[in-house]
Amino acid sequence: MAEQKNAPEAFENDPRVPEELRNNVFITSLDKLYNWGRKRSMWPMLFGLACCAIEMIATAASRHDLARFGWELMRASPRQADLMIVSGTVTKKMIPQIVRLYNQMPEPRYVIAMGACATAGGPFKEGYNVVSGVDKFIPVDVYITGCPPRPEALLHSFIKLQEKIEKQSLRNVPWYQKGEEDVVPVPVLGPDLVDMRRAQEIKEKAAQAASAQQQSAA
Amino acid sequence: MAEEMTNPTPAETPAAPKAASAAKPAATAAKPAAAKPAGHAAPKGPPLATLTPELLQLQQQFGESVITPAPYVGVLVNDLSKLRDVMTYVRDQLGFDMLANATAVDYIKEGYIEVVYHPQRSKGGQPITLKVRVPRGKDPVAPTEVAVPSLTPVYAGAEFQEREIYDMYGVRFEGHPDLRRILTWEGFYGWPLRKDWREAYYEGDTKPFDSRWPGGHHELAEERVPWADNVNYPPGFDPLNFTANPDAGLYDSMAAGVPGLDAKSNGHALQPEGIGAAVPVLDRNRNTIADEEELQTDQIIVNMGPQHPSTHGVLRMVVKLDGETVTDLKLVLGYLHRNHEKIGERNTWLHNIPYTDRLDYICGLANELGYVITVEKMMGIKPTERAEYLRVIMAELTRIQSHFWAIGFLLNDLGAFYTPALYFITERDLILDLFESVTGSRLMCNYMRFGGVSRDFTEDQIMHARQLAFDRIPRKIDELEQLLTDNEIIKARTIGVGYLPAERSINYSLTGPCLRAAGVPYDIRRVDPYSIYDRFDFDIPVFYGADVYDRYRVRVAEMRQSLRIVQQALNQLDQTKPGDIQAGKKAYNHRVPAGEAYGRVETPKGELGFYLVSDGGQNPYRYHVRSSSFINLNSLKEMTVGHKVADAVVILGSLDIVLGEVDR
Amino acid sequence: MGLMGTGILKGLGVTLRHFIDTYAEDLKYILNKGGVQQPRPLRRQSPKNRGLVTVEYPRERLPLPENFRYVPFLVYDTEKQDDKCTSCGICAKVCPPQCIWIVRTEDPVTKRPVPQPKEFYIDTTICMNCGYCAEFCPFDAIKMDHDYELSYYPNQEPNARLVHDKARLTKPDTYHAAIHPTDWRRELEDRAAEEAKKKAAAEAKAKADAAKPSPAAAAKSVAKPTAASDAPAQQADAENKSAGE
Repeated sequence: MAEQKNAPEAFENDPRVPEELRNNVFITSLDKLYNWGRKRSMWPMLFGLACCAIEMIATAASRHDLARFGWELMRASPRQADLMIVSGTVTKKMIPQIVRLYNQMPEPRYVIAMGACATAGGPFKEGYNVVSGVDKFIPVDVYITGCPPRPEALLHSFIKLQEKIEKQSLRNVPWYQKGEEDVVPVPVLGPDLVDMRRAQEIKEKAAQAASAQQQSAA
Repeated sequence: MAEEMTNPTPAETPAAPKAASAAKPAATAAKPAAAKPAGHAAPKGPPLATLTPELLQLQQQFGESVITPAPYVGVLVNDLSKLRDVMTYVRDQLGFDMLANATAVDYIKEGYIEVVYHPQRSKGGQPITLKVRVPRGKDPVAPTEVAVPSLTPVYAGAEFQEREIYDMYGVRFEGHPDLRRILTWEGFYGWPLRKDWREAYYEGDTKPFDSRWPGGHHELAEERVPWADNVNYPPGFDPLNFTANPDAGLYDSMAAGVPGLDAKSNGHALQPEGIGAAVPVLDRNRNTIADEEELQTDQIIVNMGPQHPSTHGVLRMVVKLDGETVTDLKLVLGYLHRNHEKIGERNTWLHNIPYTDRLDYICGLANELGYVITVEKMMGIKPTERAEYLRVIMAELTRIQSHFWAIGFLLNDLGAFYTPALYFITERDLILDLFESVTGSRLMCNYMRFGGVSRDFTEDQIMHARQLAFDRIPRKIDELEQLLTDNEIIKARTIGVGYLPAERSINYSLTGPCLRAAGVPYDIRRVDPYSIYDRFDFDIPVFYGADVYDRYRVRVAEMRQSLRIVQQALNQLDQTKPGDIQAGKKAYNHRVPAGEAYGRVETPKGELGFYLVSDGGQNPYRYHVRSSSFINLNSLKEMTVGHKVADAVVILGSLDIVLGEVDR
Repeated sequence: MGLMGTGILKGLGVTLRHFIDTYAEDLKYILNKGGVQQPRPLRRQSPKNRGLVTVEYPRERLPLPENFRYVPFLVYDTEKQDDKCTSCGICAKVCPPQCIWIVRTEDPVTKRPVPQPKEFYIDTTICMNCGYCAEFCPFDAIKMDHDYELSYYPNQEPNARLVHDKARLTKPDTYHAAIHPTDWRRELEDRAAEEAKKKAAAEAKAKADAAKPSPAAAAKSVAKPTAASDAPAQQADAENKSAGE
């Protein structure tokens, strides 16, 4: 079971892992040092959304003890955080704040979608105020299945994230590359949630709907 | 409540609906029984309620044209303009001093929305049911033309509940101090709980959906909607050219005395290209010291949350500060609004049990108990003896672990960061271990069933429970008291903080430990016993300080009382038959007789009520959750104003809210 | 109230005791290491333990209770070399968030349904781990898994790993027997009892047939269509209902 899941093929398809690294991982000793330090001092953001946050707190408590991973320093400010654990249902009313917090986090930043709701809406997916997964707006590094995931499942995702960090290289990590930092536009709460990246598409479809309505009325 | 569920044959009802006034839609007339309710039909052939003495008294006082029997349960106030008089009479003369619940039901076929009130006595007993009706109106997007008089002058606790009804059904309330949307945001399109309002991922009126079997290829919900996303826009909507202001009206009543904040200009003006953060427009020129002679501090408005470590989740407190002192406070809710009630009306009766776990996710088992006993009332079944005991054991252990959690995080808010919480989470984990080994999950237990529970305790599990109840937890509660109760810093920070006297608490519909800390011995386990609580010997702890310290002490005392109940239940458990945990056959397709019921239980947070309406089908026609956390928040403003901002956090912690239950 | 500061001192005493207890527990464990003891995490997370002790996942794990439930899996009958699932659709009906999709197999010739699923999907991004599917399955064909180590990197194709198809869901009944021993024992007993009952019924029928031909047995099974224990009847009932809707 475990071998099956830890298979490195997960990286092969990962768009965030650079093309040349996917099959042949070459890590310099500097990278090793860099990643060793990073993966053992990940500071999560003190940020709970719903039920999963309770399990996240339980993970931070003495029985499971996040501190063993060097991840115990929960920062209330996004400016000091490396990792956002999206622990619970992402609602439309909350997603502007989540995107804003994500934008405020300095690179390198990672996102764990904890539980079914953060992954794709979970049991509340059909709800009108629920976003079908936080990855509709911000990139996610590790997804956890479960409703809610056990504390151990959260720890397992940390280990997965550490594995991912290990395979990154200083030479091509995006945050040392030139170019603009990618800022996710904050969605707006209008008649419904408006994803500004898709504004044009929404406008066209809404116009179509309006003309269809007029036709049916006429 | 079972008595109130009247016989569904109209012929036997005592009062015919002759008094339904002409102004009201004559929907009480008995219709020929349709062969089968198609989809979500409104309850058909409404049986009429028997009039209780209180209601007869009301009828004598206000006349039969004002008060007529309502379908199923309670009375109808026909004359809307008299509603406030009736309610004042109910409160002052009949002694129903607390508005337990207010909600609405959309009877789409009859064309009206019924607003339902459940006032109750803080001395105890059953609540009574009063209803008013408003026509739905023709425009599905506009609020109703006819407004209901707001009950906020009579019951302060009505404020949030009326806002919720407005938000979900578009019923206007006249005289409400702050009628804005509460769970969704200003500008939201439509009224979500109306029966003709469909969410983007709408698939069918009721579950189970047909597309799952026998030919159910997996499809994402996104594939079914034109936007490929869970959104719905009005036709012709232009996202590049509109002004969004989800907080419209929020600062209106707070703007006085705050420089730089103009009530009209606090809208979110979109940046020209329509992309990026919406920024409030502030008038910077006014940000000067107003009075030269006397140095006056400016009042400022601070938004705490929705991402804030001390708001216990995604709650947003807007506080107006004069220096450090809170002069005004408003709450913005809905950041965890998961459409529990809309989903609940699509679900079958059974489907809702695991969803109730996710209401107040700290004490899922207590929520389940509330739901199943309400449905059992409607179905007229009783669980087996063994199941009753197991339910009580689980519910009381839930109370203990919830109070451990609440106290731990109250201390967090006080600045004792994490040490007490760590100790108490350890104890809580041991209780959750029992839950997990019995039910299969630590938090989302999904344990209760209609007429029983899903699994019996094994011998090992009983041993585990005994170790906890007789040895470990009593010791740990002593330790907790040693650690905290006499601590001078805690006393200095909490005594006299968040004071709310008993009569105000009652008026605000405050329930749970906070009400008992104000000296009102109101506990549903005692005043309106459910399950088998009348068999156990326990006290209702009451303190009289009405402040944060006494709320803490009530919780500690309650844990001890809960332990007593668990100990008695464990001792009596071997008198019941092992394995006998389900009354009748285990079934998944329950049909609940047409009718309505309001059932409630005492959860660790307060009164958790379920108001259910059935049309006789497999799904609830109306599924409303009266959540204590939500209604307790009504009183936060009065508790907090005048205290320092650091105390606001502590007072919120003492209310012990869980956002899953607040926003549902 | 006593002397100012005594309350704080008392509290500090508690924290000190916790501190000492924790190390005393460690010491006790080290001294007892050779002795016959319960596994460390179990013993140290029991109500008898004192102090604050950490389970050092992933090096050591808490034993999972048998009832523990995570995402469901389908049981494959290794004896009969067949899926236990008959694609009756009850799990899809009782699933609260409706995350189960089943395609029933049809006989290519007669077009009649064959009691075997052609496709079976569980969308774990919707699944709420409630356990209804396992609880109400009349054939013990779907069970709740114990494997909680389900974390994934994003793929190019979203959700590909999170929607479990039939191949992914199917696990042998030996696995089920290993993680749910009590449940498995009950199943075996049920099966034995059922077979005995069938045998007895067949004998009785043979006897009755010999005495006089009677349709009583058949009428009886029709009269009680909702009997939950009467699995085939329930399936028929479910089918009738869905046809009616």
